[in-house]
Amino acid sequence: MRKVLTVVLALAVVSLFSVLLAQAKDTSFAQIERGRHLVDAGDCVACHTDAAGKPFAGGRPIETPFGVIYSPNITPDRETGIGAWSDEDFYRAMHTGVRPDGARLYPAFPYPYFTKMTRDDVMAIRAYLNTLPATKNPRKQADLTWPLNHRVFMRGWNMLFFKPGTFHPDPNKSAEWNRGAYLVEGPGHCGACHTPKNDLGADKTSEALQGGSVQNWFAPKIAGNMRDGTGAWSVDDIAEYLKTGRNSHSGAAGLMAEVVADSTSKLPDADLRAIAAYIKDVDGGPAKAPQPLAQDDKMMVAGQAIYADTCAACHGGDGKGVAGMFPPLAHDANAQQADPTTVVRVILQGARTVATDKRPTPVAMPAFDWKLKDDEVAAVATYIRNSWGNAAPAVGPNKVKSLRDSLKKGLNDGT
Amino acid sequence: MASAARKLPPVDVVLVGFGWTGAILGQELTDAGLNVLALERGGWRDTSTDFAVTFAQDELRYMWRHALFEEPARETLTFRNAPSETALPMRHLGSFLPATGVGGAGIHWNGQNWRFLPSDFVARSHNEQRYGKLSDDMTVQDWGVTYDELEPYYDKFEYLCGIAGKAGNLNGQIVAGGNPFEGARKRDYPNPPLDMVYAPTLFEAAARETGHKPFPCPAANMSRPYTNPLGVQLGPCTYCGFCEKFGCGNYSKSSPQTTIHPVLLRKKNFELRTECNVLRVLKDSAGKRATGVVYIDAQGNELEQPAEMVVLCAFAHHNPHLMMLSDIGKRYDPKTGEGVIGKNYAYQIVSGVDVFFDDKIMNPFVGAGALGVGIDEYNGDNFDHSGLGFIGGGYLACWQTNGRPIEYHPVPKDTPKWGGKWKAAVAKNYLTSLSISTHGAVMSHRNNYLDLDPTYRNAYGQPLLRLTFDYTDNEHKMSDYLTDRATDIAKAMKAREVHAKPRQGHYDIAPYQTTHNTGGAIMGTDPKTSAVNKFLQSWDLHNLFVMGTAVYPQNPGYNPTGTVGALTYWAAEAIKTQYLKNPGPLVQA
Amino acid sequence: MARRIDLSRRQLLSASVLVGSSVALDRAQARSISGEVPWEPDEANKPDIVQPGPSEFFTPEEGQFVDAAVSRLIPKDELGPGAREAGVTTFLDRQLAGAYGKGSDWYMQGPWEKGTPTQGYQARRNPAELYRAAIKAIDDYCGGKYGGKKFAALTPDQQDEVLKGVEGGDVKLKDADGKTFFKLLLQNTTEGFFSDPIYGGNRDMVGWKLIGFPGAHYDYRPYVKKHNQKLGLEPVGIKGRPKWTPS
Repeated sequence: MRKVLTVVLALAVVSLFSVLLAQAKDTSFAQIERGRHLVDAGDCVACHTDAAGKPFAGGRPIETPFGVIYSPNITPDRETGIGAWSDEDFYRAMHTGVRPDGARLYPAFPYPYFTKMTRDDVMAIRAYLNTLPATKNPRKQADLTWPLNHRVFMRGWNMLFFKPGTFHPDPNKSAEWNRGAYLVEGPGHCGACHTPKNDLGADKTSEALQGGSVQNWFAPKIAGNMRDGTGAWSVDDIAEYLKTGRNSHSGAAGLMAEVVADSTSKLPDADLRAIAAYIKDVDGGPAKAPQPLAQDDKMMVAGQAIYADTCAACHGGDGKGVAGMFPPLAHDANAQQADPTTVVRVILQGARTVATDKRPTPVAMPAFDWKLKDDEVAAVATYIRNSWGNAAPAVGPNKVKSLRDSLKKGLNDGT
Repeated sequence: MASAARKLPPVDVVLVGFGWTGAILGQELTDAGLNVLALERGGWRDTSTDFAVTFAQDELRYMWRHALFEEPARETLTFRNAPSETALPMRHLGSFLPATGVGGAGIHWNGQNWRFLPSDFVARSHNEQRYGKLSDDMTVQDWGVTYDELEPYYDKFEYLCGIAGKAGNLNGQIVAGGNPFEGARKRDYPNPPLDMVYAPTLFEAAARETGHKPFPCPAANMSRPYTNPLGVQLGPCTYCGFCEKFGCGNYSKSSPQTTIHPVLLRKKNFELRTECNVLRVLKDSAGKRATGVVYIDAQGNELEQPAEMVVLCAFAHHNPHLMMLSDIGKRYDPKTGEGVIGKNYAYQIVSGVDVFFDDKIMNPFVGAGALGVGIDEYNGDNFDHSGLGFIGGGYLACWQTNGRPIEYHPVPKDTPKWGGKWKAAVAKNYLTSLSISTHGAVMSHRNNYLDLDPTYRNAYGQPLLRLTFDYTDNEHKMSDYLTDRATDIAKAMKAREVHAKPRQGHYDIAPYQTTHNTGGAIMGTDPKTSAVNKFLQSWDLHNLFVMGTAVYPQNPGYNPTGTVGALTYWAAEAIKTQYLKNPGPLVQA
Repeated sequence: MARRIDLSRRQLLSASVLVGSSVALDRAQARSISGEVPWEPDEANKPDIVQPGPSEFFTPEEGQFVDAAVSRLIPKDELGPGAREAGVTTFLDRQLAGAYGKGSDWYMQGPWEKGTPTQGYQARRNPAELYRAAIKAIDDYCGGKYGGKKFAALTPDQQDEVLKGVEGGDVKLKDADGKTFFKLLLQNTTEGFFSDPIYGGNRDMVGWKLIGFPGAHYDYRPYVKKHNQKLGLEPVGIKGRPKWTPS
């Protein structure tokens, strides 16, 4: 009998020890590092940090078409952060968009993308977040239009537009493609900005990565189209852009400059190349290039005069710019988006490329809003969208005026 | 000197002023691991917000209303030609245009970037050896550092800036097309010369015809896109003609903003405080070490900033002014010739020759700050001065920097100053004229000096600096000689009319000439006759260094900025490799 | 005696050193800058653009004097409009009403001495005061010499005579420094005729058109090698030119 007891005890000790070992593995350096890497990929810090606040302590106002939401505190503080949440609570929030108290999260938190993440990855993120200093910062109430100010409404929204589910690799594609797909469709949540939304703010999944409006910017199409997508960029080009904020074609500014600074510049090259390989392979729909406006169109004539006098000194009379410094406008996909919001905004308020150690010069374009009238901005925007082989719809003065008005009112100006 | 101001946490290095020398030293000393704080009396300045392509081309605002320059209401100086006169305040800027704000005059300079001649550094011994003893009143001195010692640092500044030029002397080999008189350089300029407009090519042809060797002037205006050794990018110059006195709107003129700030300001061990005006340097009770500075912030609070090292990086004469206000070093007395602080103030003597054509179109508005062709036959001791009655010289150049009409509207001699005839002359000659400039040295003289004014005060209640300065016979003779040589070349151009405008009479503080003020804290080998040693270290306080043109014992013919850059790198190297290892005097007196 | 610099004492001074932190672009306030080159969108240290409207400085009589005087300095003739047509009076009016008129940047502390010819402007008055005093004094002088007529009512030849007299100092003005005033008036008139139209003068860029100056153009690279060629560039100001408007 004693022998059996000894064996049982021994087994219990061994299994207890294994459990302890397993727990030790779960909070290992490797897991925390993986979590940190995933938090970089997910760019959590950007939304969960207020301009004047501590990192990850929440409070940043996020503008949606339905009002303002304030990001929550995801530091381990027990009262005002997520320190009191269990691991299961955390997984449920990331995977299904449901809080521990059962309330629905708003999809300003991109759970429809994070649902694709594996449980291991979500736990790694948790492990990393647990290492952050616990910071007190109570949640600010959202300010949304009715009926969205009632979270219960989100149950209906989820029924229509959301299906939880982890990413399934495509066996017909390479490992690199699948890695890129996982990053883009999961933690990277690129479509949250770069995919158009329907009237209820859900992704138009049939138009994935074909461009979307966000906070008075237009995040361009990044599917693989040649003219207005990433088709003309090589994998190296895209990886360089994500790493340093610029390449010979373009420079990240506005919200994307933040993404590069806080997120993509920290990812390993292999991941950036994987993202590039994936997005270039995304079908961006039929290539229907509009006819470029005639050179003698009155907007083009005026635009050409304005361009020669004010833009050519950096962007060149030939639209070729200076590589890595003044982005070329000729054959620029960003300039040819159907929605001209980004072009008009950059002209009005200026823009600055992100500075990194490799490319430290933060070249900035000045603001033109005080200098050019609405019809002049519209003319020069139309001109650059239709010159040197570019073709895109003309811009009208009303578009310029309405953007000016929106920017005056806006909270998030995308710096 | 005790101070009642609130005391701040100490730093390793405090830099007074944040223009060219502040930026260079900030970058070098933070690389050495030091905590560096820069205090700038003016505000933050940067390209896209302060001199953007949308509004930089505003002649009234920047040239005439002085938007980037020092405000005399805050700080100015008093001026007289001779010790027998009473100095009066320079109530507006005129003759020279110092800056205020981050970047300093490095924002609004032309970009004319030179190396002094080897003989310039030994002006006294060289000239005495060749021509005999100089008069007692001519207080010219050797610098204590040689061209050869500075050569690698000239190179470093040129590559930092991306200077566009053509070497004339590569390791002793004279290269055609460059300046045959320049000191030997180890390698060519980092960028090729700018594309030349019409007027300098006419000068080039006439200069060749008259037996000279013209060359493209070295320019800190980019001839092509450039990435400097720090990884900072500059764009190509677009010849906008709003260079000197203006900030560059498209990152194509070398300045602290376009060459250093992007890298320096990212460093965790560097901090810049703007709107902080340093009032004085503090010394320990034994008067042997600087202990920091006292400054006043925009709210009017006086604050004490302790530091292990203090470097004076303000513009030119502001550095000796600060030394006087801080009671550092022995004040110069022109009567006895003793003392060093304030001694040997110098400037530049310039003149021009206007050339009027009927049939040649110059398009003067297509310009860049250092776009031009020059000749060096009459600079320094490049020619035999025997019997001429002066030493020193200058360079001649046909620059095309601008056609901004408030400043530039050349009219022939004897044209009325206003009215219908003036208007007609302006309209007729604007597009079809050019000018040859002479840019001459000023030798030091016992009665050209700086001290503190007994009557007038600045906005902080401190005595203004007093400037006593006039050209001497040496300068007039030399400048007339240069003007005559320029006239000879002008005549070879077969123009309709040549109008020489020699510099005449006393030095006048009102019309703009150059912002090349030098001296007052001169460098040398002997603490009795210099304020700093060859490494720009104060003889009096070993942890005080003085940058900029204040250290020039006299002012040679070229523009001074290239040498400011070289000396700053030279001093930085001495600090990093010698001083930090063993803080103390680097030269035994 | 030698004391090592304590390289182990690291103390970053700014409380606001966060990686990626930026600072507000308020130029009047002292700022601590560390960590990055500061920048905000939609920031521009832009010029003060003159708005059309009634006089802000000149009285109607002073305005008449100025109109008449600048018409003599840069007259309208067969070459084109003169200073008056170019709006120089409006330019001067706005300049004198603003910081320039007050001499805000100038050193205006006493004591006040006359000074030598090389010591520059030593007048006690700022430009606004100088204009006011000199215009009155000149009108008074004209009244005395020309039977009660103010400057504006004289013939052009008479006006030239008065101006030359003031310029040279032969005409002594009561309680005003005529030579200094004339120098300033001539300088300011040139400024008004040739400055960017946003300041109220150089209307329709007539000053620039007179001489062939293209104005606020910034990219001349296509023209650098066009030696000895008329370029025919339409002048453009900071706020544009007619061709900027779609029509």
